[in-house]
Amino acid sequence: MSHFDEASAAVQAALEAGARYADCRVMVRRTESMTARDGDVEELGSGESAGLGVRALVGSSWGFYAVPDLSDSAARAAGRRAAQIALASATVPGPPIELVPSTAVEASWASACEVDPLGVSPSVKGDLLVMATAAAKEAGADLAEGIYQIWDTRKWFVSSEGHRIDQHLRECGAGVTASAFGDGEIQRRSWPSHRGQYGTSGWELVDSLDLVGHAPRMAEEARALLTAPLCPTGETTLVLGGEQLALQIHESVGHAIELDRILGWEAAFAGTSWLDLAQLGSLRYGSDLMNITIDPGLPGALGSFGYDDEGTPATKRDAVRDGIWVGVLAGRDSAAVAGLDYAGSVRSDGWARLPMVRMTNVGLEPGPHTLDEIIANTDDGVFMDINRSWSIDDRRLNFQFGCEIGYEIKNGKLGRMLRNPTYTGIGPKFWQSMDMLSSESIAWGTPNCGKGQPGQVGHTGHPAAPARFTDVRVGVRG
Amino acid sequence: MSLESIRPGAELELAARVVELVRRAAGQSAEAEVMVRHDAEALTRFAVSMIHQNVASAVTTVGLRLHLDGRTASGATTVVDADGLRGLVERTVAAARLSPPDVTWPGLTPPSPLHHSAGYHGSGEHSRLDFGFDEATARATPAERAERVRDFVRAADGLETAGFCRTTYTSAAFANTAGQAAEGRTAEAAMDGIARLSGADGVARLAGGRLADLDGAALGARAAAKARAGQSPVELPPGRYEVVLEPEAVADLLDNFAVFGFNGKAYAQKQSFAELGAEQFDPSVTLVDEPLGSRDEHAPGLPFDDEGTPRESLVLVREGVTKAVAHDRTSAAEAGAVSTGHASGASRTWGPYPTHLRLEASPAGTLPATDPIGPAAASASPLVARMKRGLLITDLWYTRVLDQKALVITGLTRNGVWLVENGEVTAAVGNMRFTQSYPQALGVGRVLGIGGESVLLPDRWSGTRYAAPALHLASWNLTGNASG
Repeated sequence: MSHFDEASAAVQAALEAGARYADCRVMVRRTESMTARDGDVEELGSGESAGLGVRALVGSSWGFYAVPDLSDSAARAAGRRAAQIALASATVPGPPIELVPSTAVEASWASACEVDPLGVSPSVKGDLLVMATAAAKEAGADLAEGIYQIWDTRKWFVSSEGHRIDQHLRECGAGVTASAFGDGEIQRRSWPSHRGQYGTSGWELVDSLDLVGHAPRMAEEARALLTAPLCPTGETTLVLGGEQLALQIHESVGHAIELDRILGWEAAFAGTSWLDLAQLGSLRYGSDLMNITIDPGLPGALGSFGYDDEGTPATKRDAVRDGIWVGVLAGRDSAAVAGLDYAGSVRSDGWARLPMVRMTNVGLEPGPHTLDEIIANTDDGVFMDINRSWSIDDRRLNFQFGCEIGYEIKNGKLGRMLRNPTYTGIGPKFWQSMDMLSSESIAWGTPNCGKGQPGQVGHTGHPAAPARFTDVRVGVRG
Repeated sequence: MSLESIRPGAELELAARVVELVRRAAGQSAEAEVMVRHDAEALTRFAVSMIHQNVASAVTTVGLRLHLDGRTASGATTVVDADGLRGLVERTVAAARLSPPDVTWPGLTPPSPLHHSAGYHGSGEHSRLDFGFDEATARATPAERAERVRDFVRAADGLETAGFCRTTYTSAAFANTAGQAAEGRTAEAAMDGIARLSGADGVARLAGGRLADLDGAALGARAAAKARAGQSPVELPPGRYEVVLEPEAVADLLDNFAVFGFNGKAYAQKQSFAELGAEQFDPSVTLVDEPLGSRDEHAPGLPFDDEGTPRESLVLVREGVTKAVAHDRTSAAEAGAVSTGHASGASRTWGPYPTHLRLEASPAGTLPATDPIGPAAASASPLVARMKRGLLITDLWYTRVLDQKALVITGLTRNGVWLVENGEVTAAVGNMRFTQSYPQALGVGRVLGIGGESVLLPDRWSGTRYAAPALHLASWNLTGNASG
């Protein structure tokens, strides 16, 4: 069933009400999630959401209105309302707004999916979480938790420039966590990451994770962490696992290269960026090993799509090449303000929210080494993996991360397990210290990226492999 | 659906219809609870001193939780026509039948009368529906929000500005197969903005039940004064500092106490610091959750939760002693307690927690006659005057838990830090990272003063609201400079 007619009606109504540009996204989304605890299902939920959101540009001012009603009359009323809101925006106007060109296309796109996640029986999915959490509990966890989440989204996009694009995205993922309670502290180990692994993929992704097989080791490691020595304090050589490096990329590169932040459009909430557009193409972001790409076309990664929510086709771009900052995540209006000629990174988290600049798949190209080689070439340092906490300042410079588990590295070998490992640093200094990079890359999915007011939750992907950094401050504690 | 098309009782009729559909589809033995919400949210956002995003939406959502033959499932939909409701019920019944057994089902809320708002107009004994509800705020136009933004921008007098003006309206109803039925509605207005000058930001933030109470010009002037006072910041060495936290920063403490400390599930699972009956805070600390507001303000929340449990004020800490944590029916059953009316759509998974926390202002606190021109907010000024050497901190940012049990948090300062010597602000200070146990910071003997006024503050992300005074603390662990 197509919803192009409703989207077209909304766009037409906005134009008739004075808009010089308008677009509309109709979205129908079905969701399903389950949580389990200690061998029992805790919550099974499903959702259906359908509606349309209209964006209208009147003069140099934007307006947006969204309704859950897909009737023709409601669509037209929403288009008119979006134009009226844009008129109110002109009370506090800005400079003239242009949009970088976007070829109007009529297209259809669907993500690859072998096993429809919503087609798998909840009892089968429930059994998986029950068995995984029971296995962790039996192996010594004081608390074992499991989760899966599924999103099935269909979109119909129409613009006043002639775009007519429909897309079908299926996303899912899962994970299991074991916690051990000690005297006044809690240690936690998660598989495959602290909130699970997610992708634009079918249920085959979850099947590949082998939650049941890995759950006992998570419980054993969580309990062992309770008596492990604390992560030492000081500056040392730091080796990060790929999952932790994925979040490092997300926080200290992905958000920093969002053009709306660079332009000050997020200054009051998400923040700005330390990057200055005048240095695009010349600023050294990291070492020569640092090559960051923006690739929304990466099969299976959580930030993938065929077209963004402005109708721009998925296109791979460099963000950092040989350590030099060369690209941004942009939308059609922000790119025009910045004098750039590309957009393609605008998305909304649903029909009721305004599309805005978001990460797609922002990842680190693999390097020449292996994790084993990196460890073997490190005389003294710390290995950390699996994110536990994250914090970064509003310019995306000063970060502090905590990981679930750490190990000493002594004379080229992993030594004792370390508890409460943390590290802190400044983005460009940290990235410039990267001197070894593994080839073992995985596209980690982040299903909980918050941005915008009203708040939106974005899905992003981050290819990353283990890497080594020098002279990093570790063991920061309260 | 928008406010214009709302008619009283519409959500309750919808909820009753879904209950009836469940009975037809699953029989009389099915236990079902239905929550219907109509949320109209409008937010006018500005940056670089222009309105750059201006949005509104009006969405009705029907949520259904069903317990059938020992198995539980929940569902939600925004498709509220006959087919949509029938589909919701069919999907949820099918999911429940396929689900593994649920051994933690807590049962339904029995018929229970609602509690009334603590005060304010429209919330008398006979006004269950309105609860201090301000119709003008619910009907606020884009032009009214834009006017406040314009006033904020003008009052900043040439400084770059950014922020938002928001109005929200919620009309909701609950019904279950045990006979509980309730309805209510609420409206909120909030404004949050910064002014920027040469790398220094100043902030002003305020929430309330009436848009008419938000003065964009006053907030813009306040933010600009702080930005001007933040020029030429010095860098200080990391270490433990005496601090005065302004209400914006204190709101972050309340947020983390609520989500991780007074969360009934975290408490039941021994992941919270909370110990009922223990003297865990300084005797000057009293924390209350006030979903129905206080005597002199509108009710910020609905009078019932997602399980239909009536909501009322809940004292979490009285004079330093931890008295309660928030519960839904599941966490209450696990802890051997009763629900405190804190169920949400996600509380079975993430735990129930307070959403309208108030840190009681100090009766002994004094306020200056007028808002000062300098960096300190009105309620913080008397505390600053008593500080021999320390930091005045406006706001905290990106705070994350390092150790949940001890509630050790790391984050950064934001929107203004100043060095105070002998009761006077002597220099602006660059932003700093901190790593600090929040309960420890408010422990016995560590609270040196509490401001005389609890300021109503909006959460920057969601509909949560806080009432926070300024706080004078003996020690705050600053672990680095934001610049390196």
